[in-house]
Amino acid sequence: MSIEVRNVSKRFGSFQALDDVSLDVGGGSLTALLGPSGSGKSTLLRIIAGLEQPDTGSIHLAGEDATGVAPQQRGVGFVFQHYAAFKHMTVRDNVAFGLKIRKRPKDEIRARVDELLSLVQLTGFGHRYPSQLSGGQRQRMALARALAPEPHVLLLDEPFGALDARVRAELRVWLRRLHEETHTTTVFVTHDQEEAMEVADSVVVMNEGHIEQVAGPRELYDAPANDFVMRFVGEAITFDGELVRPHDLELVLDADEWTREALVARVVHLGFDVRAELVGDDGAPFTVQLTRDEAERLELVPGEIVFVRQKRARQLA
Amino acid sequence: MRRYGLRGIAVFYLLAVLLGPLAMVFYRAFDNGLHPLWASLTDTNTIHAFNLTLEITAIAVPINTVFGVVCALAIVRQRFPGAGIVNALVDLPLALSPVVVGLMLFLLYGRTGWFGGWLSHHGIQVLFATPAMVIATIFVSLPFVAREVVPTLRELGDEQEQAAHTLGASGWQTFWRITLPSIRWAVIYGVVLTTARCLGEYGAVAVVSGHIEGRTETATLRVQDYYENFNTTGAYGIAIVLAAISVLVLLAMTLLKPKEAV
Repeated sequence: MSIEVRNVSKRFGSFQALDDVSLDVGGGSLTALLGPSGSGKSTLLRIIAGLEQPDTGSIHLAGEDATGVAPQQRGVGFVFQHYAAFKHMTVRDNVAFGLKIRKRPKDEIRARVDELLSLVQLTGFGHRYPSQLSGGQRQRMALARALAPEPHVLLLDEPFGALDARVRAELRVWLRRLHEETHTTTVFVTHDQEEAMEVADSVVVMNEGHIEQVAGPRELYDAPANDFVMRFVGEAITFDGELVRPHDLELVLDADEWTREALVARVVHLGFDVRAELVGDDGAPFTVQLTRDEAERLELVPGEIVFVRQKRARQLA
Repeated sequence: MRRYGLRGIAVFYLLAVLLGPLAMVFYRAFDNGLHPLWASLTDTNTIHAFNLTLEITAIAVPINTVFGVVCALAIVRQRFPGAGIVNALVDLPLALSPVVVGLMLFLLYGRTGWFGGWLSHHGIQVLFATPAMVIATIFVSLPFVAREVVPTLRELGDEQEQAAHTLGASGWQTFWRITLPSIRWAVIYGVVLTTARCLGEYGAVAVVSGHIEGRTETATLRVQDYYENFNTTGAYGIAIVLAAISVLVLLAMTLLKPKEAV
């Protein structure tokens, strides 16, 4: 089911959370809303779910105006950062909640809950309470609960934000796989650019209540629409008054017309990659990323003077 | 050393202020043996007084429970101008002397009061009858449920309720299936406190009841009646029964309450 956001603005007191935002999300896609905190990404997600009302503008679901429709009638599943588990219910009852509300037959509910518990790998945990689960298990339960009534749209608000790095990585892969199986239109909010790039087909970069760019992960990295996107998605440094990626720079031992002088301050080994922390001739620190082979060939040591140039400049020459 | 000092002070204070007098009442009640005690307790007017107290409590507690929960939901969950004032007003009965409450009702429902004329014209007796006593009791026992539920609702947050909404539950379904089960211990504790307050209410009821033996005399008023007529055994006897009910309710609470919720 497609989602259309039309000229939506939202203000909380004196804070402008969203300022005239429009967005199209294609049916069956997997979209990330990416931005720093306060960029309006969660507010936009909550407005799509109907948990907040926009001050102006409209929301269309599958082409129908849903702006005034209550969250109960929107056919969306919502997953909260802190799980919002029903603490007084067992895992089974949590997952069955949406089906019981819809007064589905008992047999059907049992079968569907079993199917979902196995999908989220919680078979055998049905009779536990949320307090007896780990964070990752709780979030998987919350996902199963949101999926139970077969929503047309699945919305996730920083779903992995409260989990540790290893569980996060697992759940990312898992969300991606789940989407490939169900093809439910999915929108998730994250402030982690790596998470957005890894999981989503399409990334919406937000900043201060605006959308800065909507693009696929690769296009976003290779062709950022502006400096904000360039800085926010991947690393970026200022070189010769221009914003470049650390791996777009190379170090050489001899000066030529495109190089600038720099002092090696520190050499950091990150497995295969080496990060050289340099101080430019203008006194500004910056980093350059290179492979271990390159670093060994250059014999980088702190205190040494090297010459830096853009790889692109050499290609042009 | 300091630890033992603190404990000592706490225990001594509880003994001196709470348990000592309570033990004294028990002791004195049995002073003249069981027979006079039993006779005082089974007196027709005493039984009527107990029944009246229970009747008033049975009306006031459910009303204040529903009102307290509604009030707490309004204070915590709704953003409306004046929520702060409502929050403060709920506490008013705690700050006001029950005698003042009684006098206020007197002024409202007395023959020359705002409602009194109209009511007596239509043959409805409020003052010196059960209705005024119920109203007085409701007034003084109003804050307890709301006071218990408000902090629990705040701590709970509204994410679970929002989750229920997105899963299709109406406001009413969400309240019964999510909110109420989550605040049930706060509600139960509020009900216990309200019940204790209703059973023990004296001041406001004393002013509006007219204190008619066998008609508008509650258990606490009966204690005073016995005491003034030098029937100390009877006074202590009723006091024991009232205290025993409170202790039983507290005990039941402690046993029922899940460990982690204490």
